[in-house]
Amino acid sequence: MTIELDLKGEVCPYTFVKTKLKLEEVESGEELVVYFDHAPAVENVPRSLKNEGHKIMGIEQTGDHLWKVRIQKV
Amino acid sequence: MLGGFNEEQIRRYSRHIILPEVGGKGQKKLLSSKVLCIGAGGLGAPIIEYLAAAGIGTIGIIDDDTVDLSNLQRQVIHGGNVGKPKAESAKQFVNNLNPDIEVKTYVQRLNANNVTDIFKEYDIIVDGSDNFATRYLVNDACVITNKPLSHGSIYRFEGQVTTIIPHKGPCYRCLFEHAPPPGMVPSCQEAGVLGVLPGIIGVIQATEVVKYLLGIGELLVGRLIYYDALNMTFQEIKMRWNKNCPICGEKPRITSIQEEIYGDSCRIW
Repeated sequence: MTIELDLKGEVCPYTFVKTKLKLEEVESGEELVVYFDHAPAVENVPRSLKNEGHKIMGIEQTGDHLWKVRIQKV
Repeated sequence: MLGGFNEEQIRRYSRHIILPEVGGKGQKKLLSSKVLCIGAGGLGAPIIEYLAAAGIGTIGIIDDDTVDLSNLQRQVIHGGNVGKPKAESAKQFVNNLNPDIEVKTYVQRLNANNVTDIFKEYDIIVDGSDNFATRYLVNDACVITNKPLSHGSIYRFEGQVTTIIPHKGPCYRCLFEHAPPPGMVPSCQEAGVLGVLPGIIGVIQATEVVKYLLGIGELLVGRLIYYDALNMTFQEIKMRWNKNCPICGEKPRITSIQEEIYGDSCRIW
């Protein structure tokens, strides 16, 4: 089962803060899918997560100002 | 709720949560920690201020004094509270800064009879006291009850700070076996103190407490920082465990907390 986090309406830095908190509940190797509608988050959050060793499995624009980011926990 | 935090907490602690060394897990540790601050004066003010801001869930404050106008030159948390007990004034400050914190106040003097009962409620003790009798009482009670201790003290333009983990590093008596005789060293009241000095030392103590609770970094165990504000120097003095230490040495002469030891001179015989 994929774990999802809806962060539509959330802005930086809380997009990263909340993604991080959710990742703490995910097992190592598991995937977390996060939805954003805040454009800067799509660049910033994956970069910060990579710095912490997590893997970005894909970034997909699913609509006008809507993105889906797939993260694998380190 | 996310990771056990409400929206307000996520925002309040976001700069901690972002740090890989803290994260949500570390912040939760802080929120479930209990710290006792001895004194809500010059050192206590910055200690209490930053521990409350950091989200230390329970802060105990013991102080039997009341706020005096002459305190406000350095005791930055007591504004508007002249005449009020310092412990209560500090609690009011904490409640305004961070409603997450439970504050327990003890408007009394720490002594040989109450120290053990009070200490057992807490994970770590921070000494912000201003006299040798209390300083030695706190050191000895921490060694006997096996509580970590952040020690700080100030004098005119100078301060010192170290962290004591009993039986894993030296204690205060390893370095200074007993206090100087009464009258040899002027008290803060007679000697004066630069108002910003306790800010520096107290904030280092608060830093050590937060690091200890998070289990990160290198603590000031076996090291004493000596700070000189006039020359703006920090010196590190190595502290060694003293096998003849009267409390944590091989043959300790102090094995329980007895009131008569903690008179003015803190001599042990």
